[in-house]
Amino acid sequence: MSFSTVLMTVFSTTLIYAAPLIFTALGGAFSEHSGIVNVGLEGMMIVGAFSSTVFNLFCAKIFGAATPWISLLIGAVFGLLFSLLHAVATINFRADHIISGTVLNMLAPALCVFLTRIFYNGKGQTPIIDQSMGTFTFPGLSKIPLLGKMLFTHTSLVAYLAIIVGIIGWYFLYRTNIGLRLRSVGENPVAADTLGINVAEYRYLGVLISGFLGGIGGAVMAQSITLNFSVSTISGQGFMSLAAMIFGKWNPLGATAAAIFFGLAQSLPIIGGYVPFLAHVNSVWFQIAPYAITIVVLVIFLGKAVAPAADGQNYIKSK
Amino acid sequence: MQIKSLKGLMIPLLSVIAGFLVGAIVMLIFGYDPLQNYINLFIGSLGDIYSIGETLRNMTPLILTALGFAVASKAGFFNIGGPGQYLFGWFGGISFALAFPHLPGLILIIGSLLCGAILGGIWSMIAGVLRAYFGTSEVITTIMLNYISLYFINYAIRSWLAKKGNDSSPNIVAKASLNTPFLKSITNNSTFNWGFFIALVVVVLVWLYFNKTNSGFEIKAVGINETASRYAGVNVKQTIIVAMLISGLLAGLGGAIDGLGNFQNISVSNNLPDVGFNGMAVALLASENPFGIIFAALLFSALQIGGLSISVYSNTPSEIVDIVIASIIFFVGIKYLFEWLLAKKRHHAQTKLSEGGR
Amino acid sequence: MAENYVVEMQHITKQFGNYKANNDISLQLKKGEILALLGENGAGKSTLMRMLSGLLEPTSGQILIDGQPAHLNDPRDAKKLGIGMVHQHFMLIPAFSVLENIILGDEPTKGIKINFQKAAKDIQQLAAKYHLKIDLKAKVRDITVGMQQRVEIMKALYRQAHIFIFDEPTAALTPQEIKQLIKILRALANEGNSVIFITHKLKEIKEVADRCVVIRNGKVIDAVKVSETPEAALAEMMVGRKVNLGIIKQETDQSQKILKVENLTVENHGRLKVRNFNLTVHSGEIVGVAGVDGNGQSELIAALTGLIKSKSGIIKLLNQPLQNLSARQISQAGVGCIPEDRQNVGLILPLTIAENLVLKDYYHQPASRHGWLNYAAINQHGRQLIKDFDIRSQSEKEKAADLSGGNQQKVIVAREIAAQPKLLIAANPTRGVDIGAIEYIHEKIMAQRNAGRGVLLVSFELDEILKLSDRIVVMHEGQIVGELDPKTTTSEELGLMMAGKKPVMQKG
Repeated sequence: MSFSTVLMTVFSTTLIYAAPLIFTALGGAFSEHSGIVNVGLEGMMIVGAFSSTVFNLFCAKIFGAATPWISLLIGAVFGLLFSLLHAVATINFRADHIISGTVLNMLAPALCVFLTRIFYNGKGQTPIIDQSMGTFTFPGLSKIPLLGKMLFTHTSLVAYLAIIVGIIGWYFLYRTNIGLRLRSVGENPVAADTLGINVAEYRYLGVLISGFLGGIGGAVMAQSITLNFSVSTISGQGFMSLAAMIFGKWNPLGATAAAIFFGLAQSLPIIGGYVPFLAHVNSVWFQIAPYAITIVVLVIFLGKAVAPAADGQNYIKSK
Repeated sequence: MQIKSLKGLMIPLLSVIAGFLVGAIVMLIFGYDPLQNYINLFIGSLGDIYSIGETLRNMTPLILTALGFAVASKAGFFNIGGPGQYLFGWFGGISFALAFPHLPGLILIIGSLLCGAILGGIWSMIAGVLRAYFGTSEVITTIMLNYISLYFINYAIRSWLAKKGNDSSPNIVAKASLNTPFLKSITNNSTFNWGFFIALVVVVLVWLYFNKTNSGFEIKAVGINETASRYAGVNVKQTIIVAMLISGLLAGLGGAIDGLGNFQNISVSNNLPDVGFNGMAVALLASENPFGIIFAALLFSALQIGGLSISVYSNTPSEIVDIVIASIIFFVGIKYLFEWLLAKKRHHAQTKLSEGGR
Repeated sequence: MAENYVVEMQHITKQFGNYKANNDISLQLKKGEILALLGENGAGKSTLMRMLSGLLEPTSGQILIDGQPAHLNDPRDAKKLGIGMVHQHFMLIPAFSVLENIILGDEPTKGIKINFQKAAKDIQQLAAKYHLKIDLKAKVRDITVGMQQRVEIMKALYRQAHIFIFDEPTAALTPQEIKQLIKILRALANEGNSVIFITHKLKEIKEVADRCVVIRNGKVIDAVKVSETPEAALAEMMVGRKVNLGIIKQETDQSQKILKVENLTVENHGRLKVRNFNLTVHSGEIVGVAGVDGNGQSELIAALTGLIKSKSGIIKLLNQPLQNLSARQISQAGVGCIPEDRQNVGLILPLTIAENLVLKDYYHQPASRHGWLNYAAINQHGRQLIKDFDIRSQSEKEKAADLSGGNQQKVIVAREIAAQPKLLIAANPTRGVDIGAIEYIHEKIMAQRNAGRGVLLVSFELDEILKLSDRIVVMHEGQIVGELDPKTTTSEELGLMMAGKKPVMQKG
């Protein structure tokens, strides 16, 4: 296999595995910037994966090749609906954010497998989808020498979309007034309130965006990697996205980059066989790397106050 | 005093009722008979001696992981690392039993349990040390440690315990098993094992620890108010580490007991063991009270064991019980809703009373 | 003639439970005027201003803004009426830039994008007009307290406020920053804005205010023209009464040096709070530390009790060096402390009274043996102290949280005194407790002195200091600026010194 083919494989596999993480990590960033800790990303991904798969199975005949893309939207909508639970619990009923997020993670697999059994004759997993997200070769761009083959041939289109969403997310958070206000309620809700900003409203916005993007993340996982839904479709990707968000210091661009890095780590066991010097490294180290790195990053960045200051704190308005 | 403890029971009771209602509504929506299913669930978990044996066996790791969560929680920490600590305990227990099969039975069992507990404790202590010295959030570190333990232990099983190409370790020798012929014979061949009694003893020990020892008192004090504890001369860093160590010891013991009593070996897994998270749910429902944990564990264990028979007697998916469990914890989490409703009701009653007085 | 006034507060009363924080207060603010609101801690100044800025609602009374009755139920209402408050604890977001902090909630936009250029231009114009030097790009967490305050002022200006309330604006500022602030206040007034500023520093009032309203115990004492009133008269009005020599102090042997502090320097969050501090406390002596809040008293106590490490200097208890020992070692050496914040530091509220009474002794005999707590002994000890110190409670197993403030404080006093310390540190020991408890706690502190122990009393209550102390030292900006004899000093002299002003008349 030629060197450029190896590079192409490395890049495309990395991007395929990174795409779900990017969307979900971005979702986490929105929620946490508004002050709501979100350990429930895993649950939101599960709901997204399940709903998109079911939609794909039912509607592939109608929408043909466009089905997986519409499925993403379906996953997003159901992820958003599911995240409402987290929003209501934490914003209205002052629930501990960790407890509420953990409930989402417990509830999502239970509910989705329950429904899977109902829809598919008692089986715990869905059939394989017919219309999945294949690889994509950019017309024109792929003709660029070397780079074209590396980055733009047989690659993951949805990953590029994810990166664009990352850039838009950054712009939204740091350049628009809604973004500024959303961050202000996560930093100092009391101060925001004195300036006439509705704390609950912006926190809802943050959580719902995280549900939307987490749902897409789960959907991407199902539409491009596992190609069906079962209880192990999402196995830790939500937490890995949380790790990417932290590694990226809560910044959408940082989270995107971290997610790509973790995507590389996830793809290494698969592509390790092609790359001579990696072939001898046991895949367990690649599996562990994202989580270990996150702990190291957290320890090193301590004291620099990278997390939103009021992240995890319920805001109780005094009269 | 009595009124207060009654009030303390209100929230969990209401949450359990609300959780069962959610389950019933979900079943109704999809055309299943909630009443019949709940009856099947009861029979399936407590209807005969075999089911009771299974339910009690399933309770054991729940009690221990719940106690582990509760200890950390008393010190003010949210230890989500139960699954990883349990996994290390399971791995430690089986490894010891496999490594020293020639030891006398009792010593082999004690050694295995200790080995598992200590591995779980050390694993959890990492999060405690990072928290005490670097202020690193234990929520994130324990989540990350969970996944590290999952992949590491899979690797360890494949490379050290299992025969080449296998995904499971060999079984431990019979004398290392906690599931003795005697217990099998009185429970109609269930997996009920001595671990259950160990768990009950540990409940008492944890209660004693919190209520009767200096160290437990320090953990409680630091958990409630770190500043005041420091002012009173408590070594806060050390207390944090001790709390996380004990927390992991307990979850690890849960894993070791499950290994020796239930599984008899350890296998590679794709997912973190549910019991770690369910233990957390048990502790939350019991408001971290050691004796309350027994009852909460019984409830959740019965749901899980009974859930298996739901799908035997009807075509209702057994996942309905997990929906019920998650809903119960959701309602525990939003207890402010109940407090608010109860306060409103009380207020209503009072205004009525004062109106009546006029 | 209401139309002459920008703000008119009429007969304002604010009641918290049975306690009247403000009692029938009226005040007027003219256009272009700087009005000082003078009073001791707890006199009711902040409560009054919180009502004007929409954070609290008056129990009775009326507020007129520009001659119109105003309903101020929310800070947003105050904003609409052009009232801007600069809080003592700034309402800023440290992670945001100065610019973002200023425009938050009122951002100029181009589509959905914030028009940062326009915002910066508008703010720079305002900054030039009022000579406010601010760095718009800097993050708030990186700028000085003085600049943070200018950001708060700019927030109000940006929202077109014309009535400015400053709550203790100089409390956290350096002398140079205070000078700048005074310039800014003048500039605000010259542009036709009106300013109310809350303070208890006399020098600043003389320098900047036109009129001064003096408040004491929730009531207006007087409203005076600053130019016609000498500082000493203002101090007298603020403090209120002649020195009360109610307690007759018995003679004690004061030959032994209990506590000796030499050149102590303490930093807190990078700010130098105690500088080259020297102090001696003798046996049988109460040394009162007077001073305005935030002049290093908290850090002094924290260093003496082992809660924070000192940067340099020596602390000795009867020749035993204490500096940088742990809190437990210091307590074992014989230092007791009644802390400033009883609910968050002195007690662990959800624990029982008996447990709180052994909070510093739970780990040794008789409360504990071989690591096991002896609840019989703990509760017995609790019952004894409840009796000895007259703590009103149902039983020793009642939670500390369920006690009244006075009785909570008695639990702490009981614990600290029962340990028979060589040195007792008392920080605002009677803050917020009822009169009965005050008398009782004073008696107990006096008894410690009479038993030959050393007492260090840190208090913001001048009365308390004057009544109990054998010697008074005045702390200002981390240093002792003077030592006074309570028998011969006057409240004027004390008030002036606390405000950082050296006494003019030298004692012979």
